[in-house]
Amino acid sequence: MKKHSFGSLAFMSLVLLVLYLPIIVVVVYSFNDNTARIPLAFTGWSTRWYDSLFEGRGGYLDALWLSVKVALWSVLISGVIGTLGAIGMTQRALDGKRRSGWFDAVMESMVTLPIMIPEIILGLAFMVIFNALGIRGNEARLVMAHVTFCVPYVFLSVKSRLVGMDQSLFDAARDLGASSARVLRDITLPLCRPAIISGSFLALAMSMDDFVISFFVYGAGEGTLPIKIYSSVKVGVSPVVNALCSLMIAAAFIFAALSRYLGAVKKARSSRNQMGLTSE
Amino acid sequence: MKANQQDRRFSLLLKLPMYLWTIMFVFVALLYIIGLSFLSRGERIGITNEVTVSNYARLADPQYLQVMLNSLKLSVLTTLICIVIGYPFGYLMARLKPTVRSIIMLLLIVPFWTNSLIRIYGWRILLMGNGPLNTFLLNLGIISSPLKLLNTDGAVFLGMVYALIPFMILPTFTTVDKLDFSVVEAARDLGASPLRAFFTITVPLTMAGLMAGCVLVFIPSMGLFFLSDLLGGSKSVLAGNLIQNLIKSRDLPMASALSVLLLAVTGGVIALYRKAGGSAGELGLF
Amino acid sequence: MSEEPILRLEGLSKDYGQGMVLHSLDLDIYPGEFLTLLGPSGCGKTTTLRLIAGLEQPTSGRVFLEGVDMTDRPPEKRPVNTVFQSYALFPHMNVFQNIAYGLKTAGVKKAEQKQRVEEALALVRLSGYEKRMPSQLSGGQRQRVAIARAVVLKPKVLLLDEPLGALDLKLRQEMQAELKRLQQQLKITFVYITHDQEEALNMSSRIIIIREGRIEQIGTPEEVYEHPKTLFAASFIGQSNLLRGTVSRYEENGELTLNVMGVSLPALSDEPRQKGERLALCLRPQRVRYGSEPQHGMNLQGIIREKTYSGGMQHTLIGLNDKLTLNAITQASELDSFPLGSMVYVGWSKQHAPLVPDSELNLDQAEGVL
Repeated sequence: MKKHSFGSLAFMSLVLLVLYLPIIVVVVYSFNDNTARIPLAFTGWSTRWYDSLFEGRGGYLDALWLSVKVALWSVLISGVIGTLGAIGMTQRALDGKRRSGWFDAVMESMVTLPIMIPEIILGLAFMVIFNALGIRGNEARLVMAHVTFCVPYVFLSVKSRLVGMDQSLFDAARDLGASSARVLRDITLPLCRPAIISGSFLALAMSMDDFVISFFVYGAGEGTLPIKIYSSVKVGVSPVVNALCSLMIAAAFIFAALSRYLGAVKKARSSRNQMGLTSE
Repeated sequence: MKANQQDRRFSLLLKLPMYLWTIMFVFVALLYIIGLSFLSRGERIGITNEVTVSNYARLADPQYLQVMLNSLKLSVLTTLICIVIGYPFGYLMARLKPTVRSIIMLLLIVPFWTNSLIRIYGWRILLMGNGPLNTFLLNLGIISSPLKLLNTDGAVFLGMVYALIPFMILPTFTTVDKLDFSVVEAARDLGASPLRAFFTITVPLTMAGLMAGCVLVFIPSMGLFFLSDLLGGSKSVLAGNLIQNLIKSRDLPMASALSVLLLAVTGGVIALYRKAGGSAGELGLF
Repeated sequence: MSEEPILRLEGLSKDYGQGMVLHSLDLDIYPGEFLTLLGPSGCGKTTTLRLIAGLEQPTSGRVFLEGVDMTDRPPEKRPVNTVFQSYALFPHMNVFQNIAYGLKTAGVKKAEQKQRVEEALALVRLSGYEKRMPSQLSGGQRQRVAIARAVVLKPKVLLLDEPLGALDLKLRQEMQAELKRLQQQLKITFVYITHDQEEALNMSSRIIIIREGRIEQIGTPEEVYEHPKTLFAASFIGQSNLLRGTVSRYEENGELTLNVMGVSLPALSDEPRQKGERLALCLRPQRVRYGSEPQHGMNLQGIIREKTYSGGMQHTLIGLNDKLTLNAITQASELDSFPLGSMVYVGWSKQHAPLVPDSELNLDQAEGVL
């Protein structure tokens, strides 16, 4: 690797600093002792907002719980739909033609459309169509909307994994006596597992983070965490939010570090196995 | 039954849930919006059943046209700034040692996992009249009285670049990472200066990532109404605000017409991208 | 071969939608054969194999195994197994699980599975590798596992799709011997695919030369080498001087003279020919003899143009006139004393230089695949 000049390192650090500036502000203010209605001055360190958070003050924990519940349901449903869809679409027919034609091609771009177009369009579309269908339950509306934009993440992740895979693996399983359903269970799904997991995590993050679509789909009530934050920003957010957000940021860091660590452990283990091979 | 038909039936079975879901919630939903855009608002509430193109005629109305053009301008500007900052960042990142690189990747990804509204809210605190940024500048003596930072178009612009720049950095990083740098070395060997090699070799060869980044930044930028709500005050500066306000006032047909327009712009951008050789898969990286 | 064929292909055609890849192929394969389908890449040989395995459906035609129509059966219900070019070992299963997979789908009991996998591993000389993952094996070992996985099911016919293509030369020669040994030991019919003519000649009991979806020639290795029926077969198998010209003299006993670029070459035909007919003489470089005296039919005169020594062999280029040159290969031990530019007498035994009909075949292209 070529050595980097001081200038380029300074540039990258500056960009990262700006990226983290608001996050740092949120974390610092979560420890602010100031109890004014709009507490801008930093008056000293305290964990009072964390205490209020766990007492359930402001309903932020409820909002978080709703977000988590919706995200988990959406990921579960979209995980199944998207994975099977990707497998069905990439499966080669015995006549040697990969696709059944234009319909599949149209459907493929249709499936990925929800993450291509501005969210507000989908938000409006879901709102009117749920009203027209008479779907009233907030949770059902949220899950249906979230599944729709989660499917593409799972679908694209699994599909790109399948396209890069040696087709003869599936042929071999058939050749060894496995029916289509058995190939799915024994070969395709296990081999797609990493892609299913990473696609699902992406979908989970997107579902938890979604504001625009949820905002239009959601009827009366406190809403998911992003909706709750949005609607309370103008009146002045309680510093309880800062505390909650700091905890979520910490969780994100711990999760990311953990997955990196686990990845490194796995890598080390497999390279040890490789070494075992050469030493014999 | 023929083996071939059996296989086809099985893969159809796998695709069916996704197809049905997509037809219902993407295809029919968008058709519904298009249909709605040709109706008009009822006397007090609801929708009349008369088919009309008046909503589209109203798009030329200065109150809409002005905002749409303004929104478009802001989106183009955002995309440009994202290129200027994001492309070099992605490029430099790909040239780093693997260990440093993966740490920076982690630092880029983690904000994705924290709520975007929280981060915008953080900016709100920062930019307030008596917030940290003004206090900092006052203490340094750079300014003598607090600047009005919040509730300006500048703040919205900042928020947009902030929210969307990772979508420029990551695709750029991916393509630069895949680039075989021996071609750049070959160019240097053939007498090109570093700068010339960069612009004649590196940039064209990483165009795919750059283009994907532009699409990923430009398209969502027109709809992010909450950004201008939270950072720009109550002024409508984005197409998204216009749609949101129309929904609030229950003028769904007009909101639909604007959405259809937005959809058309999106379609145009994606078509341009495809024509320039971009693949849809590249856009699905995130 | 008067027995019943084990495998019969009847009018097999395949069209992927961009033109025919296979044109109404008819072929009988007999029990115990080591049959090789030989041809350049894209000639339709892999398609033929996939049609036999059931991994693809023919556009028309039928596949019979021991007289039973298999055409509409899915691959999992056909008693044939395949060794894939990429080996296609399941990366998430260890060697034991890979080999036992077919037994598992067939519902074989655990104890029997274990015993048969052990036998199969012993057969390919990999005993003790059960717990290894495919990623921990070398190319040659993966190849053996792939073979073990297919033969453990005792298929009626084993299909091998360029199984040695990915190995280096030395390993390939080793595996050739190994495969021949396996086939004799197991007495399973092998249908083998390769584009490597040397491999085909070494291993097969019968060779089918395929070109552009049609059978060009069928025969034993000796037959296709010594008596090519077409210009393509002659150019594809081994090295040849292909001398294309017109018949200028023909006699009842088969003796004829072929005029090639102004040189009259003697030849022997086993079929009646016409004066003026366009033919090509296939002359192996090893069959060309030359010396300083005109003896034993060495009646042509030539000039030594080029000499190359390569690994015990002497390659010589002899010009018969300005345009026509011959390749000759001799043992280097007989290292001749002819300097470049010297005049020699050239000849060959006419029985060993078969004639084939001249065709529009582009020889550069055909030789490109050698």
